[in-house]
Amino acid sequence: MTWSRATETRAAAILARYPEKRSAVMPLLYLAMAEEGGDLTEDGMRRVAELTGLSAAQVQAVASFYTMYKRDGVGRYLVSVCTSISCMLCGGDEVLDAVADETGVPDGETGEDGLFSVEHVECIGACGGAPAVQVNYELVEGVTPEQARSLCRWLAEQRPETVVGDDLQERFGGQRSFDWGPEEAEGATGPVPAFGPLGTTGERS
Amino acid sequence: MTRILLSRMEAHPSDSHTLARYEATGGYAPLRKALGMAPEDIVAEVKAANLRGRGGASFPCGVKWGFLAPAEPRYLVINADESEPGTFKDRQLLERDPHQLLEGIIISSFALGVHHAFVYVRGEYPRPARRIQAAIDEAYAAGYLGADVAGSGYSLDVTVHLGGGAYICGEETALLNSLEGRRGEPRIKPPFPAVEGLYAKPTIVNNVETISNIPWIVEHGGAAYDAIGPEGSRGTKLFSLSGHVRKPGNYELVMGMSWREMIYDIGGGIRDGNALKAWIPGGASAPWFVEEHLDTPVTIDDIASNLSMIGSGAIVVMDETTCMVKAALRVVRFFSHESCGQCTPCREGTTWLQQVLTRLEAGDGRDIDLDLLLDISDNISPGLAWPPGMTTICPLGPSAVSPITSLAKYFKDEVVAHVHEGGCPLA
Repeated sequence: MTWSRATETRAAAILARYPEKRSAVMPLLYLAMAEEGGDLTEDGMRRVAELTGLSAAQVQAVASFYTMYKRDGVGRYLVSVCTSISCMLCGGDEVLDAVADETGVPDGETGEDGLFSVEHVECIGACGGAPAVQVNYELVEGVTPEQARSLCRWLAEQRPETVVGDDLQERFGGQRSFDWGPEEAEGATGPVPAFGPLGTTGERS
Repeated sequence: MTRILLSRMEAHPSDSHTLARYEATGGYAPLRKALGMAPEDIVAEVKAANLRGRGGASFPCGVKWGFLAPAEPRYLVINADESEPGTFKDRQLLERDPHQLLEGIIISSFALGVHHAFVYVRGEYPRPARRIQAAIDEAYAAGYLGADVAGSGYSLDVTVHLGGGAYICGEETALLNSLEGRRGEPRIKPPFPAVEGLYAKPTIVNNVETISNIPWIVEHGGAAYDAIGPEGSRGTKLFSLSGHVRKPGNYELVMGMSWREMIYDIGGGIRDGNALKAWIPGGASAPWFVEEHLDTPVTIDDIASNLSMIGSGAIVVMDETTCMVKAALRVVRFFSHESCGQCTPCREGTTWLQQVLTRLEAGDGRDIDLDLLLDISDNISPGLAWPPGMTTICPLGPSAVSPITSLAKYFKDEVVAHVHEGGCPLA
């Protein structure tokens, strides 16, 4: 199989960033996810193998090692709640309960309608603004359980094409780890980290 | 107040991340100076600075550079896989002053004879990755990167690589495996990366904060850096304060103050007027400190002689309402989840530690449980000493032992109470 022409062009650009093709496996796996709306499929992994000269098993071995490659499918909005030590001390567990309750999706699962996946995560480097949440890896800091509920309701009602961290922080956030500086319009178009070279970055919609 | 790392973002919060502001505040002048120096003279300045690595191990940066083998090509890899629970300093440096890091990368690469550098950013940091990539794009356009760096004839490319959500990739050999497109499993050392690193070529792996200091050192000289702070803890250090303090955040500090000053003056004291119970002085891997340590100094060597470590500079403060069994379980759960699975004592041991702590916290603990926790820990880290003994390839397993030995040392009564009262006595 091959991907769309645009995705194949992007894959070639990613391969050109590295001295050895194999190093492109991880970014290409993100590309494969973005192509399939967030899911990492067997076909996707096979294409990554073809492009990098590895076997499908070698690619699968890499994909299964890292938590961000979602081989069991993932919702349109991946809500990750930090419950590591600093966030736990500041109420992260209660935020996780609120998110699970409001979305009806238990920790570690994806809802039947495919709108939300909910997961607890280990430290996401937002301890000064604990407790912290990410939606499609876009960060919001200083979230109360009630704000977390509002965030989930807003996502379900608005269904934004692009999720932008600054926007979430403005609407639902509180204490930040540090001054974020000027607002940024770029954000995630799916449950894959929004990064230009991966083609997963979108302007605010 | 001595400022090396945060001065630009504090003075110019609206645009400290842009090339225009960076150049307007003296940026890339150190690079021009460096390009006129002999590479070995730059290395000598960094050695003279006595800059110790800011990623966790505190290894002297100049000494590490001195180990680089002569084979070609060589690589510089920046470790921006900041994942130690409690740590968020590199995120601020990446987002708010990416050109400071990038200039450090260019100078360091020139000094080390490197023509391709990588920045390995953890996958959960898309915004920091976007900011450093934008800085790189600006630098290419301005001629600070590419085939002819600032008209010197020296060539350098920089590639940003996004991780996949694995703490272990902060360990430098795991990071290199990951960057090669493999599972992030640490390698047996030796050979060290300086001899056989990325693609089995000589490689230096340095932390974001470490390299962000390099432009200042080149501009002012190694001796000027070495004149700041106490011996063994030269320069400034970023500390990430979190947990039950009134003023969490990142603080750039000259070391040498007491822990009392750190927690009560800089951190603003404990929230809600509560009493301090314990704190983690250097990230989740570090053994905990309690009241008796309040008047000991915050330096790399003093923390070590008090049997813990400065680590990444992450200070997690816990007040009197904190259940220490729950806190220990949360730290152990982290290491259990992040164990790569290569070494049996770590893979199985962290799982067992988590299981025993889980039943203790739930009120189903047994009288033998503290001894059992210590016995499991002794199999991961023989002797339960500090610095820790190892039965594993990397220090992740022994890190999971830190909360257990801390519990046994300072909170034994609280553990016993969990058993006898069928749950947390604070609940």
